[in-house]
Amino acid sequence: MNLRLNRRTLDLAFIKTVPVMAGYIVLGMGFGILLSGKGYGPFWAFLMSTMIYAGSMQYVGVGLIAGGASLLSTFLTTLIVNARHLFYSISMIDLYSDAGRKKPYMIFALTDETYSLLCDGQVPEDTDPQTYRFLVSLLNQIYWILGSVAGSFLGAVLPFDTTGIDFSMTALFVATFVEQWTAQKDHLSALTGVTASVLSLCLFGPDRFLIPAMLMITAALLLVNFVRERRDR
Amino acid sequence: MHALLLILAMSAGTVLLRFLPFRLFRDPERRPAVITYLGHVLPPAAIGMLCVYCVRNIDLAGHSHGIPEIAACLLVAALQWKWHNALLSILAGTAFYMGIIQRIF
Repeated sequence: MNLRLNRRTLDLAFIKTVPVMAGYIVLGMGFGILLSGKGYGPFWAFLMSTMIYAGSMQYVGVGLIAGGASLLSTFLTTLIVNARHLFYSISMIDLYSDAGRKKPYMIFALTDETYSLLCDGQVPEDTDPQTYRFLVSLLNQIYWILGSVAGSFLGAVLPFDTTGIDFSMTALFVATFVEQWTAQKDHLSALTGVTASVLSLCLFGPDRFLIPAMLMITAALLLVNFVRERRDR
Repeated sequence: MHALLLILAMSAGTVLLRFLPFRLFRDPERRPAVITYLGHVLPPAAIGMLCVYCVRNIDLAGHSHGIPEIAACLLVAALQWKWHNALLSILAGTAFYMGIIQRIF
């Protein structure tokens, strides 16, 4: 497979992914530690990080596997927890359209963090854009796999109490939210996301608020679009 | 092996969601404008929803009144606001959270 791989493209992709490397190794280790605490060792961490490769879903998955959830409820939970990936994919359709043979992997590897690195569409000069995006995606998954496998080895021998390490996921989303907030002038979408989710949480409770929240968010944003179009006409 | 089946189910669900829009809306000519609009505005809303998802099990009337979670979230937000360094915010926030729930609450 010709990836038009050269040293410069790899170096630039690596530099771009350094912040994610750090985050993924920490979060991956948190996941690996959690998983090994339930009796599933490095092999399982490797398998999940290779085949699922979705951070928050893997954290949720630890509970599902440990609790012996049913196949159907696991599949449905995945659709709910990961539904936001529909949104990411929708916004990358044009950007990835000429990625050729690299495209299937790039779509598979489109996580929150990879999306946040690539969604602005910018690539460094003198690089093949799709090779660069492919490498960013691949490097991120390598960090994630390394972190989670290392975590599951460490989990068995760690001399300190790891209670609360799963807060790293909350911290990641809070940091991403603040970062997006400061980067954008229009906060309507971010505010809609939080308000609708809190409202849905109060109405439907912690176990079943995600789907109503997503419906409310989509409905509210469509309404905003409709009102703005009417006003501008 | 039940665990293996569950992992396959999670993998299939995730792959389905990631590939579906690419299959359905491949052709820009035939893509509804509303899909393009949603692709643009949904991500910030989705991140906001995920923040709420992470704190969904806090019981404000319970033992710790959600103080550790709220304090740690505020710390992460403040650090990110000031330094724009996601790694620093995540590490400091998590260490702070682990420290207070293990020692105080």
